[in-house]
Order: sequence, then structure tokens, then C-alpha cells
Amino acid sequence: MLAKRIIPCLDCDLGVPFGRVVKGVRFKQIRYAGIPWELAQEYDKQGADELIFLDITASHERRETMSKVIEKTSENVFMPLTVGGGIRSLKDARTAFNAGADKVSVNTAAIKNPDLLNEISKYFGTQACVIAIDAKRRYEHKTGQEMVDTPQGECWFECSLYGGREFTGIDAIQWAIEAEERGAGDIMLTSMDRDGTKDGFDIELTSAVSNSVNIPVIASGGCGNLEHILEVFKKTNVSAALAASIFHFGEYTVSEVKEYLKKNGVHVRL
Amino acid sequence: MIAIIDYGMGNLRSIYNALMNVNGDPVIVSDSAKLSGADAVVIPGVGSFGDGMNNLRPFEDELFDLIHDGIPMLGICIGMHVLFDWGEESNCEGFGLITGDVIRLPQGVRIPQMGWNELRIRCDSDLLSGINDGDFFYFVHSYYCVPENKHTITATTDYGVDLAAVVEKDNIHAVQFHPEKSSTKGLIILKNFVEMTRC
Repeated sequence: MLAKRIIPCLDCDLGVPFGRVVKGVRFKQIRYAGIPWELAQEYDKQGADELIFLDITASHERRETMSKVIEKTSENVFMPLTVGGGIRSLKDARTAFNAGADKVSVNTAAIKNPDLLNEISKYFGTQACVIAIDAKRRYEHKTGQEMVDTPQGECWFECSLYGGREFTGIDAIQWAIEAEERGAGDIMLTSMDRDGTKDGFDIELTSAVSNSVNIPVIASGGCGNLEHILEVFKKTNVSAALAASIFHFGEYTVSEVKEYLKKNGVHVRL
Repeated sequence: MIAIIDYGMGNLRSIYNALMNVNGDPVIVSDSAKLSGADAVVIPGVGSFGDGMNNLRPFEDELFDLIHDGIPMLGICIGMHVLFDWGEESNCEGFGLITGDVIRLPQGVRIPQMGWNELRIRCDSDLLSGINDGDFFYFVHSYYCVPENKHTITATTDYGVDLAAVVEKDNIHAVQFHPEKSSTKGLIILKNFVEMTRC
């Protein structure tokens, strides 16, 4: 049986020579967690199933630093590596793959130019193309949007860009379905209401998107403890859960999370 | 020298690094003439069946010569698929080195299968030495191989169907998962493969 995946996410500030992993709440209160490939090796030892490197600086000059990070990581970490943040073109994707990435995740560029998804999946395969969707709850009714019942009332989910600094009016569920049709192989779904809050995953969002597509969905945003990860696997049919700060600052190791999940009946790789 | 065939399909760095890690001597080969003299051949794989076959055709003669000489060969994912007779994905003929077809995963499961799944070992093989029943490997695929001779299947995995995860026929070894992405267990498989080249 396929195991549920636990994916540490490394938010990388590439403004320093070897990059550094950072975590903050909406880019405030930033804390430094370490050197990307050193953390990657540590997570490999702990039994992480996959790693995601997000370039939070996302500027072209720093693409070279990301390549260095991935090259260095792939020398001795043998698990799937995803690169995201500022991938704008097929060329950016190719640079990431040449450095050793297995997948690229795209958000803003795909919303602005949806054909990019078709191109990436055509040239590098569906499995290499991750669509990142950053979704925010909207409680006002709007025709044409998928309304979802939540304990807080009926809402729809709006896609945002640039890490939540710009909104699009696009319905996240409809966009997820379109992204699948265009060749995305994985959806990295982040709740902008929960991201950085440690209040737990947005179960209604995760469930609604995961039930609307046939490709794997990675739940992201809001993970603050072990129970949150268990909850998202028990209440939704997502394939994977992503977390950052609970791992970076040593609150839990990946193996602790997995042992807890296994004890509670979730099928994981140990 | 272990030749990794570069047929223009994605990331060869990880398989190269993984073989280096287990003391292999990999060389990435993009020119079929350079295949001769190889002690072993790896056909890595990402992408689609049709594109893979198109790009591999130029290597066909040299590849068949090596296989007939008994050189160990490892096909990974698409590199496994192309060894079969026919692929549903591109409605395209493969090399036909193993009799059987490559068909789409069944309805009712998420496609692609993406993630770590358990190996069910059917019979011992040198490639699987040190691997236990239930060990996890990393799979990414939408199609799977159905060999006509079930005895060539040395391990399976369960994903909506009990599918062939490892197929072995004489010196031809083929794995549906990615050993180069399967952490320490994957490295054991690659180490076993490297050791075959030294027999």
C-alpha cells in the first residue's frame, strides 16, 4: 500500500553565498534554521519522504545559488527533490532539473501563463510538474465559484500570488482541476489563512480540492503539532503533508511524526 | 564502466550520484558508439514511452549486442517499460526484450502513483539481496508492465493491482521504482547491480 508522505519544506533565502533556510510568519519574525543541504541530509536520516526547496527570494540572480544548493544536496541525499519559487519558464525549470531536481513547483507563472504547465509536463513528464496553489477563504458569495461548507460558514477559496500579496479572483478548486488537465502531477495546496499560524491544516480546503482531482495533493499551511498531521490524514484523503517550522527548530523529528502516525493507524514508511 | 544512457529524458545526475555512492564507475553516454566496452548498462527513465523509444532507437544495435554478450542491464521506470513489446501510453512498440505490454494503472487509484510503496518479494534474486519483504521504494508512474511470463516477476507492489515492481530475465533487470530516489534501500539495489558487473 502506498504510504502517506511527510515532506519537510525548506524556505530558502538565497541572498547569502550558500543560501539559508528561514521560517517566519508572513515574512515577519524570520528565524534562521540552517544551511539547506545540511538540513536536507538531516531530514534524510530522519526518514523524510521528499524535500521541497522554496526560493523565497525568487530573483533571477539567485537562481545560481539554488542550483548550487540542489547540486550539493543531490550528491548524497537520495530522495525526490522539488524546487519552487520563481520558476517562470521552461528554461528556469530546465536549470532546476539539470542541477538535480526531480520536480519543479510553479504558482504565479502558471496562473499568468497556464500553458507553462502543459510545456513542463510535456518536456519533463507529469511527475515533474507540481502546481502550487496558495488559497484564501472568501466568505462573500460570488457566482461561478465553488462554495464549500465550513464550520465558519460557507466560503470559496481564492488563489493568491507572490506568497499572498496579490489576489486573482480565481477559484482554487476550479484551478486545481484545470491544472490536472494541463498535466500537473501533484498539487501543493497551501492555506493562506493558516500558513505560519500553527493552528492546523485547513481541513475543508484540503478535502474540497483533494476530492475534486485524481492527482495526489500535498496539504500545507498551519502545521503546528503531531495532532494536526494526524487530523489531515484522518479527515481528508490527501497523499502527503508538508511542514516546516516543527522540523526546523527541533520540535519533532520526522521519525517521531511517523511513529506517532503509525501508532494511530496511518500507513507511513518507517 | 557502467554506461548510463543519456537519451535526453531528464535528470541523470541522481542516478550518476547514486552509482558513485555505491562505488560504481558510471559514465553518462549520449553517443551510441561509446556504449561498446561497457561492463553494465543503465537505462534511466522519466518521460513518456513514445519519446523514450524515439530517443533510444539510435542506441538499439549496440544495446542489443551488449545484452547478447550477457552484460548486466538495469532499466528504471520508463527504462523498464521500453524493454517490453508495446506501450499503451503512446501506442508504440518497445524493444521487445521481454514479452508483454505496458498498460495504464487501473481506475479507482490516483494517477500517477507517486510515493513510497512496499515491495512484495516473490523470489530471491541477486538484485534483491539484502532487501526485505515490505521495504519501501519510491514509485512515480502512470503505466505498468505486464510480462507474459509471470516467473520473470521477482517482486510486486500493490497499487489498485498487484503490479510488477521488479522483472528479471537472465542479464536483464528492470525496476518500476526509482532506486536512485529510494534512500538507503535503493542504494542497496544499486550496490547489488554494481557487484554483478564484477562477477
